[in-house]
Amino acid sequence: MVEMPKTEPAPGGLDAYIDAASSLLGIPLDPAWIAAIGANLTVLQATAGLVAAFPLPDEAEPAPVFVA
Amino acid sequence: MTNDTMNDPSTMHAAKIAGSVRDGVIGARETVEAVLARIARVDTSVNAFTDVLPERALARADAIDTARNRGEALGPLAGVPFAVKNLIDIAGLPTRAGSKINRDLAPAERDGALVRRLEAAGAILVGGLNMGEYAYDFTGENVHDGATRNPHDLGHMSGGSSGGSGGAIGAGLVPLALGSDTNGSIRVPAAFCGCFGLKPTYGRLTRAGSFPFVGSLDHLGPMARSVTDLALSYDAMQGADPDDPVATTRAPDPAMPGLDDGIGDLRIAVAGGYFARGGDHEAFVAVETLAASLGAKRRVEIPEAARARAAAYLITAAEGAALHLDRLRTRAADFDPAVRDRLIAGAMIPAPFVERAQRFRRWYRAAMLDLFREVDIILAPSTPCRAPKSGQVTFELDGVTLPVRANIGVFTQPISFIGLPVVAVPVRVDDGLPLGVQIIAAPWREDLALRVARHLERNGVVSAPHATL
Repeated sequence: MVEMPKTEPAPGGLDAYIDAASSLLGIPLDPAWIAAIGANLTVLQATAGLVAAFPLPDEAEPAPVFVA
Repeated sequence: MTNDTMNDPSTMHAAKIAGSVRDGVIGARETVEAVLARIARVDTSVNAFTDVLPERALARADAIDTARNRGEALGPLAGVPFAVKNLIDIAGLPTRAGSKINRDLAPAERDGALVRRLEAAGAILVGGLNMGEYAYDFTGENVHDGATRNPHDLGHMSGGSSGGSGGAIGAGLVPLALGSDTNGSIRVPAAFCGCFGLKPTYGRLTRAGSFPFVGSLDHLGPMARSVTDLALSYDAMQGADPDDPVATTRAPDPAMPGLDDGIGDLRIAVAGGYFARGGDHEAFVAVETLAASLGAKRRVEIPEAARARAAAYLITAAEGAALHLDRLRTRAADFDPAVRDRLIAGAMIPAPFVERAQRFRRWYRAAMLDLFREVDIILAPSTPCRAPKSGQVTFELDGVTLPVRANIGVFTQPISFIGLPVVAVPVRVDDGLPLGVQIIAAPWREDLALRVARHLERNGVVSAPHATL
């Protein structure tokens, strides 16, 4: 990952997470992309919150291979 | 716009071409030459095609004409020109899937499975069609190949990601096109470009020989200017395929034999709640127009649709990112920036978020199957509005300003999330751009959705005249 000063902080205080995750994933980031990635992560976080707010029993199995 | 000219092979419906070629009224070569000439003249303004294949198409047309002259039986799609979204393999071309990166792939060694099946039925591939990069798109815009423009108003979006497919059908460039639909990518351009589209049940049509996006949500399907053409091509493409791990092993269930059976005592309802708000008034007028014509007075609530959309959004981002991870590591700068930033964010989603979405998916599927014990067909808008202007970034829905890209699919995502079959029909409520309505059926009941669409078409409630260009 190229160490460069960020031009714009990611929304939601996700800069540190994005930095760590990009290293973990091995995706080098151009600092100019970070704000947009952060904006998308913020939307995904809110989206995940909406899904998680629906109560499911512990026994509810996932459907990773979907069968119609 | 204009009605399809009965005797002009460049804009005839597929069924009419096939009948005319079989009867010797027109030749396959004559048809293909007319279509190629129209593409050359009109597509400079629409930009639906990324590849046109005249040599291949004319050779195939000659083979069909020769077979007919020998008295051989011709297939149900004899001489029908068609084109495919460029994520479907075409022998000799790299499968670009709307990207710059994939152009470095080796050329496909053979055609995708659905191309082979359509050609086995007598159809003739004439080219590859533009699309949003890697199908992560609802607009029909593409930074590498340029946007496909809406044939009914060139200043507006075609919709996507099967934008070239919608544009080619709406412009009358081919009578039949294939698209893919992960979250709405057939249904959205069908609505914006004023054509019919079929997103079959998940697993119904093989995806072998196509570039994936989200394996657990990807579907392929046809787009056309008549319901009969949808059904004809759908029937020709059905059948098991060991090359697609999710392709059904059910026996084919042809739609053509019962297509004109009418609506009989089908229980047809309109989706309320989530599907009756958050869009322009005209989008709901389109649904009510169809409901009135069908005598559908019942309203049903699709449970937890907003959460279903949210879960589809998460799974899409995560699975799409996983698919492209190596390309993000090595060639991130070569992506469309809007696609790249979403995919990188998707790669960073904590796994429990996605697992939760998959667990919710099973609950939602069970709830929807319960609903289909009470009704046979559900009507819902395809999109919350007509085609936005090209390049438009935000729109106002129900008084709320929202980003266009993320919100065009609000009404399609909760349906494809559990793989339900949908026929998207074009509706014109005034002289403006077309709108679309989803005719949604229970899993494996494409036949019912097609019957309802055909009933509406026969009664003049829906139609797909091509644009005047």
